[in-house]
Amino acid sequence: MMKTLFTFVFAVMLVGCASSNNSTLYQQINGEQGVEKLVDSFINQIGRDEQILAYFKQTNVAHFRQGFITHLCSVTDGPCEYKGDNMVDIHTGMNIPEKDFNRVVELLINAMDEQQIRQTVQNKILSRLAPLRPEVIDI
Amino acid sequence: MKRLNWLFGLTCLAFASSGFAASGKLLATPGVSQVEGSAGGGIVPWAQLAGYASDDEIAINGFCSRADVSDYRLDVCGAQLNIYDRVEFSYAEQRFEVPALNTDIEQSIAGAKLRLYGDIVYSKWPQLSLGVQHKSLDDGSIANLLGAKDTSGTDIYLAASKLHLGALAGYNWFWNTTFRYSDANQLGLLGFGGPDSDKELLFEASTAVFLTHQIAVGVEYREKSNNLGLGEQDWQDVFVAWFPNKHVSVTAAWLDLGSIAGAEDQTGWYLSVTGYW
Repeated sequence: MMKTLFTFVFAVMLVGCASSNNSTLYQQINGEQGVEKLVDSFINQIGRDEQILAYFKQTNVAHFRQGFITHLCSVTDGPCEYKGDNMVDIHTGMNIPEKDFNRVVELLINAMDEQQIRQTVQNKILSRLAPLRPEVIDI
Repeated sequence: MKRLNWLFGLTCLAFASSGFAASGKLLATPGVSQVEGSAGGGIVPWAQLAGYASDDEIAINGFCSRADVSDYRLDVCGAQLNIYDRVEFSYAEQRFEVPALNTDIEQSIAGAKLRLYGDIVYSKWPQLSLGVQHKSLDDGSIANLLGAKDTSGTDIYLAASKLHLGALAGYNWFWNTTFRYSDANQLGLLGFGGPDSDKELLFEASTAVFLTHQIAVGVEYREKSNNLGLGEQDWQDVFVAWFPNKHVSVTAAWLDLGSIAGAEDQTGWYLSVTGYW
């Protein structure tokens, strides 16, 4: 049984190593153009979701788009530095519950699927965004 | 089993007609239903609470599972209630078929699980839960015949679970460890305790990798005590779980249950379906 497990984990790692390279996440999602397309997909996903769209009623979409593009660029080790409003300031007073936070994560996953971003790259992007959750929910 | 079928029918009807469904967790993160009715893998209870309820939702799930090994078959059906992702209540009925003796052993299990800390995806440390499973045999004659001390018993367990995003070459990696304090013989189906044995601390663990959003493959291990002196052995399985959406999951596994009541090398298939509302 343990042998099966080790073989399995080893195989997963081999596949992973073979397919990964030294490029940044930013490069793996096709740089500036890729990030812009992803954010546009994400905005479309939000636009189609009544529950989440409600949080964006007061939002300037162009401002949000540019902010999230820079943020994603920075999070994926691209040549940007996010200097926009901080996460806590943006979300204070919104009282976003756990379920709506997860819904937004799902919309981002949908957007990444739509942009045909590889599963492994998706997971790495999510792992970098996940620690921001305390700065977003229930405040 | 009949009582349970009624319970299921009513629950399904109530929730299908109300259109209610908890969906506040990410796909697949509640796990599936283990053979004693708690949220978990197949044989190990996990720290996650059953169903997709987040901190302001209620979830109800129903499941049925079948384990078919060399000389025995186990059928289980059950239901779980998750309140605000803080506490889980579960109820399961097991029917263990022993063709050699032309008999069935039936057991019911009422469970509760309290989430003490964390979230398997987001918290820095693993999610931690404390659970109990109270088990009661319908007819204790076989357990008594084999020398078991009791025909009912209560297991207590502490479980820790964590999902690491992108941790294994970019794939999501899940693990769980559980410590169980128990004197159950073969889940309790052969009674509780033995001639000169008491409750002991047993170790259980699971690990899995998500190959896609919807499919996880993994292994489980469950340490067993040998109270009856019948050579009870640790359990292991290899599983594939499929989460096509937040309403259903299907789990298939290959089981290695070792020796059961003197019959050795009990290996075979396991299939389980959970419905989530």
